[in-house]
Amino acid sequence: MSEKYLEIRNIVKVYPTPEGGEVRALDDVSLDIAAGEFFILLGPSGCGKTTLLRSIAGLEYPDSGEIILLGDRIDDKPPYERPVNTVFQSYALFPHMTVGENIAFGLEMEKIEKDEVAKRVVEALEQVKLSGYENRLPSQLSGGQQQRVALARALAKKPKVLLLDEPLSALDLKLRRGMQVELKRLQRETGITFVFVTHDQEEAMSMGDRIAVFSQGKIVQLDSPVNVYRRPINAYVADFIGETNLIEGTIVAGGIELPGGNLLPISQLADDSFIPESGQVTVAIRPEDLVLASDGLISGTVRDVIFTGDSVRVHVTVGDIEVIASLASYGTSIPAQGSQVALNPEHRAARTVAS
Amino acid sequence: MTITKLPTTKRRKLINLRNFPGFNPTAWFVLFFLYSPLLYVVIYSFNSSRIGAVWESFSVRWYFRVFENNDIQRALKNSLQVGFVATLLSTTLAVMAALGLLRMKRAGKAVAIALIGAPLIIAEIVLAVGTLGLFIAVGVPLGKIGLMVAHTAFCIPFALLPIRARLSQLDMAPFEAASDLGANERQILRRITLPLLAPAIFAGALLAFAISIDDFITSFFVAGPGATTLPVYIFGMIRSTVTPEVNAISTLLLLFSGSVLIGSYLIQRKRR
Amino acid sequence: MTAATAAPKSGSKSKSKRARPGQASPKLAYLPIIFLAFAIGIPLLIIVVYSFLEKPSQGTGVKWVFTTENYQALFIQQKLDGTTALDTRYLKVLWTSFSYSLITTIVTLVLSIPVAMWIATRDARKRTLLVALVTLPFWISILIRTYGMRQIIADEGPIGKFLGLFNIEWSILYSPPATILGLIYVFLPFMILPIYASAERFDFRLAEAAYDLGAKKLTVVRRIVLPAIRPGVISGIALVFIPALGSFLQSDMLGGGKTNMVANVIANNFGQARNWPFGSALAVLLIMLTLLFVLVIQGISQRRGDKVELV
Repeated sequence: MSEKYLEIRNIVKVYPTPEGGEVRALDDVSLDIAAGEFFILLGPSGCGKTTLLRSIAGLEYPDSGEIILLGDRIDDKPPYERPVNTVFQSYALFPHMTVGENIAFGLEMEKIEKDEVAKRVVEALEQVKLSGYENRLPSQLSGGQQQRVALARALAKKPKVLLLDEPLSALDLKLRRGMQVELKRLQRETGITFVFVTHDQEEAMSMGDRIAVFSQGKIVQLDSPVNVYRRPINAYVADFIGETNLIEGTIVAGGIELPGGNLLPISQLADDSFIPESGQVTVAIRPEDLVLASDGLISGTVRDVIFTGDSVRVHVTVGDIEVIASLASYGTSIPAQGSQVALNPEHRAARTVAS
Repeated sequence: MTITKLPTTKRRKLINLRNFPGFNPTAWFVLFFLYSPLLYVVIYSFNSSRIGAVWESFSVRWYFRVFENNDIQRALKNSLQVGFVATLLSTTLAVMAALGLLRMKRAGKAVAIALIGAPLIIAEIVLAVGTLGLFIAVGVPLGKIGLMVAHTAFCIPFALLPIRARLSQLDMAPFEAASDLGANERQILRRITLPLLAPAIFAGALLAFAISIDDFITSFFVAGPGATTLPVYIFGMIRSTVTPEVNAISTLLLLFSGSVLIGSYLIQRKRR
Repeated sequence: MTAATAAPKSGSKSKSKRARPGQASPKLAYLPIIFLAFAIGIPLLIIVVYSFLEKPSQGTGVKWVFTTENYQALFIQQKLDGTTALDTRYLKVLWTSFSYSLITTIVTLVLSIPVAMWIATRDARKRTLLVALVTLPFWISILIRTYGMRQIIADEGPIGKFLGLFNIEWSILYSPPATILGLIYVFLPFMILPIYASAERFDFRLAEAAYDLGAKKLTVVRRIVLPAIRPGVISGIALVFIPALGSFLQSDMLGGGKTNMVANVIANNFGQARNWPFGSALAVLLIMLTLLFVLVIQGISQRRGDKVELV
């Protein structure tokens, strides 16, 4: 890891449940985030990622552990004393203030001079391409525009870390894609460290420098998008990130016996695959890594053929499981429903994962 | 197995709760019932006759009488003074109570809510004579000051109603955002909480003012001779000599209540 | 897992109990609470204390001698010859207050359900106007409204004149029916508004669905509509019965002193009769009756699972 910028040390946060039990929202989480990094906290809802973000912001106080920003412990400080700012999922704009007043608010709290505030408001609006909207009220803006105001409001403070809590989840797909590109560009230009919470793995991979995958209050894997996708540490990550065929196999001499009786040779597996001595293993193969073959390892009956535009998804029944292959929609012969097909994973694209 | 025959042939008429039998005439009757006494008072305030129930001719003489009556002027002044002070104090205290109650622990909250809610549940006569007892025991002279204190107390729950309602509807996210942007609790209160509560505070103040201005029983017991309020004065007028002057002043009060209400409605609509 | 595992987890508590932003300190409520303790709590306490004290031989106020005589005097009469007898005068006053309030509640309820339903089924524009019309009387002094009612039902008032044309005698003022009519008139909006609030939230298509499923008209009203407006009905009952029980002006101005309700007797004891301790005992009784009613209402609404907040 490079220099220590934001350090999260052994954070624990326990919530009582209404039934009298407790939930460990964060279970001894530690990680380091580097300066200028676009860092993603990824996981399904309730995995603890938002709790961690809110703990950094000061909107939650962890039960134990430390949060250190540039050598200063901040986990005990109230939110208004932390040099970090948040873009909220619900935008949280002040409904009684104009766009300009919303952005100026945080600057006024720093007792910045009026002229400077006005200058920085204009600047922030330019950054998010909303110049000229100063005097509108939030209620007069579209969801996407409100989103930009929330972003401008936090950016204007020039925070040490910008925290983004699923900021794009309320936008439609097209707008979301556009904003992803813009956020990434903005982060690169400003050099501000972004910590971005999302449950959308595609969003995570398209923007993040590094991704921490959460499950039940713990970090399961912390790696680059490519590695998280290509080298998932276990079946959970493999399944959560992108789409994966998880096929149960048995270790036999020379390889793994797949359902249907075919043998997947060890030499065909990705070289860092996790291979136990014996017993059951889970083989993960991405749908796009499967190709049609005359004599394939995986053979079965085509159950459904679904055309999605850029690809054709073929659902193949193999024994009592179903395997999905994603084939290029152009230049490939598309098998008919009901026909027998055989599929082969690309060389070294299949891997075994811990379950 | 037998097959039950369904009554398919007879088409049932669609139910229509809009025109449920009896609803329409009942509603119109109730509206007539609610407004006819008020209408009667307004019409007869323009009666020139001295004897209330006999219509003579149109006249505004009783209005002149009202404006010339110094006692009425004095009573009106007392009512307004008490009303303004009670509104100001009760609304301020209600805002403080509403905000403070949010984070209060269960036991304290129960005591506070019991105290605040008492005037809504306990008969006013009981609080009125109790307040009289208190003032005499502590040596507070019966008069305007005591009246202001008493009015403030029973106006608090009314001022509180809209404020608490609004507070419970407020989205907490903007408060988190304000804190996140560097505002401390005091700044959040001034820049976010109070502005967001403003319409409810306004409604609460209006309610408190109406309750104070209309109050009769407490004022009757606590005002003492020097601080007679308008309702107490009118009560005396009604008891002694019923002249159409009562109709005139009642009409003026109706007009006042109506215009305050319409005014507040217009202000709130304009704000939106 | 056992329950005991959750126990050792202190130390962190103080930190996690920190305020959420925007939730002001509970200390803000101290001043209003202290003020109310002074201006509401102490007067109530004084009433309770006074009810156990003696009346001074002269003038108003109390004599600081403990006695339970005032409560005995509510039910027992001391005769001049020293014997005692059951005194029904004050029981009658209580019964008058209770029965008038009950009749008022029932009549306003019967009138309000159709009115509330009718308003709720109008279109939006008309609805706003009608709600305003029902709300407006709330802003008008009860004194003036009661006075208006007195003018209407007076012997020589419009009703009297109209009936006079047919030689029917009309004399209702200064009688129990006049008091009850006044109570109904004054408290009717308090019943209509909460029921309307419930009815407005009711999806009237449900009634149509029930009808479509074969329910009869009255069945629809009984099984679908009434349960939906029940929270409003319960609030309405509380909002009418409680103030009616402690009402003063209607029996004073319309009943003409012939039909005393509890509040009038209390007022009289603190006024002309100059018997504060006895008036206090009556006031305590009135508080008890009111609280009893509140408990009953809360019991009903809780059992039914309706959320009815009186305060």
